Amino acid sequence: MLRFTLRRILQVAPTVVVVALLIFVIFSVVPGTFAVSLFADGKRAADPQLIARLNEEFGLNKPLMERFATYVTDLARFDLGTSFRTRQPVVDLINDRMGASLQLSVAAMVFAIVVGVPFGFLAALRPGSMLDTTTMIGAISGLSLPDFWFGLLLMYLFALQLNWLPSFGYGDGSLQNLILPAVTLGVTPLALLARTTRAGVLDVLNADFIRTAHSKGMSEAKVVRWHVARNALVLIVTTVGLQFGSLIGQAVVIEKLFAWPGIGSLLVDSVAIRDIPVVQGTILVIVLWFLIINTAVDLVYAAIDPRIKQE
Amino acid sequence: MTMPLLDIRDLRLSVPLGRFALHPLLKGVSFQIMPGEAYGLVGESGSGKSVTSLAVMGLLKKPLAVTGGQILFKGQNLLALPMREMRRLRGNRIAMIFQEPMTALNPLSTVGRQIAEMFVLHQGKSWGEAEKLAVESLGNVRVPNPDRRAKNYPHQMSGGLRQRVMIAMALACGPDLLIADEPTTALDVTVQAEVLRLIKELCAARGTAVLFISHDLGVIASICQRVGVMYSGCLVEENETRALFDSPRHEYTRGLLGALPRLGSRSEQGRQRLVDIDSIIADRSKLTESRFITPRELEGSQP
Repeated sequence: MLRFTLRRILQVAPTVVVVALLIFVIFSVVPGTFAVSLFADGKRAADPQLIARLNEEFGLNKPLMERFATYVTDLARFDLGTSFRTRQPVVDLINDRMGASLQLSVAAMVFAIVVGVPFGFLAALRPGSMLDTTTMIGAISGLSLPDFWFGLLLMYLFALQLNWLPSFGYGDGSLQNLILPAVTLGVTPLALLARTTRAGVLDVLNADFIRTAHSKGMSEAKVVRWHVARNALVLIVTTVGLQFGSLIGQAVVIEKLFAWPGIGSLLVDSVAIRDIPVVQGTILVIVLWFLIINTAVDLVYAAIDPRIKQE
Repeated sequence: MTMPLLDIRDLRLSVPLGRFALHPLLKGVSFQIMPGEAYGLVGESGSGKSVTSLAVMGLLKKPLAVTGGQILFKGQNLLALPMREMRRLRGNRIAMIFQEPMTALNPLSTVGRQIAEMFVLHQGKSWGEAEKLAVESLGNVRVPNPDRRAKNYPHQMSGGLRQRVMIAMALACGPDLLIADEPTTALDVTVQAEVLRLIKELCAARGTAVLFISHDLGVIASICQRVGVMYSGCLVEENETRALFDSPRHEYTRGLLGALPRLGSRSEQGRQRLVDIDSIIADRSKLTESRFITPRELEGSQP
């Protein structure tokens, strides 16, 4: 198990390198610079002198290869550069936002798991029942509703009409502020989880070893507890991992909508003004998060399924 | 006269076709198994052997349904038994071994634990005791190093070993009847012989009756005292194994036997002509009732 863990962790490194390079290439190709974007609102006439001075200051005039070399050497020292706009280290900017981001995606995922998995499970145990039909209709709706619209709906209902919860903002970081954005963000993974749980459990129920379990004289409840649950978990963990990993990235829209101070809104703001170091750093962190979750999922797999450690 | 252990009377099974029609799968099958007897059911795929055994276990899945007849086990009609009672018999008094040892065991659970479940379920043992008994059971089916093997997962075992685990599991509670549904079909020939011998010896030693299902006449001949031949949902012939092989009465049985290649009976150019069964049996749908149809009738139904 230790060797397996080490191997999986080592496999992350090359991925990070490739992603870092890709990010650099993409943003050296994207048109527009920070200096130009300062005048993009059209209120002032573009000042060529200022633009030239800023480009000089940020090193944007240097040849591509030289900029690349700086980027890579800085990265190797875990230095993500300095923001063009605030002149703060990118690491600090991300650090400030990371807590809120994690809070939001963890809360959304917990909500999705706590609701989605049990419903999917029960639906699979009684296929064709009322519960099954309702769950699946709910899941389809959850997947097809645009989440920003669903967020607005929740906001209208619980904040404006009922006045139970604050409509937006981080506030003092209390649970009350977290509920609406977390539920909105959690709806898509919830629907997906309910569906994959149902499919996974149905699959297991049709397996030969379930027939064996019945032939031993086990009650339905014991068959589920002793043989179905663990086997169905494999598929559930996969879905949880995939969803969880991409959640921080997906949160962009929701963070904007609820004015949530997370990584996602930092990314959007920085792209708009071509604050390239922040954009690069943020994307790198999102990718890294995805890889961490993925690796964790692999390790959980290995703990559930003895066949995986062998391969 | 002793009472038969298993007495299947006029068992009928069907699957619904559309809303009103029923497609019969078993058309009134009757046979008996005496305590300690090994009874073989042969027939081609789809002849109804496996559904018969599943009906005995009460493991038929929808939309399959029993539409008539009785399954008497020690005089008790299993079809009328409440679920709870049936569960108490299943695995405990009537146990089953399946064809696919590769998929019949839970891949995420050790084989020891899977055998131990039997003792927990039917003898109310604690897990600790049950695991010890499981190791013992593995020893009984001649698995080498049973205490080490008990900690193995199914994927760490060969097909033959897994089938031994299945046998250990089935015989764990000392059942009166063991149903073996093609238990050796998925194994290679040398392992097949070992597993067969194991089933034969263990059941003989404990006085366990066996309902042995196979399409392989050779396997049936080596283990069973009596044989029933199934075709298209009917039991077309039944006899003592030796008598059946020596003088098959039914055309289909003769066809089955004729389809076996025989050592030493070569004809010209070292080639042997095997009988093709389709040329013997004509229209399946004409077989509506299970009875010992005479060869003449079958010939008459040929186009």
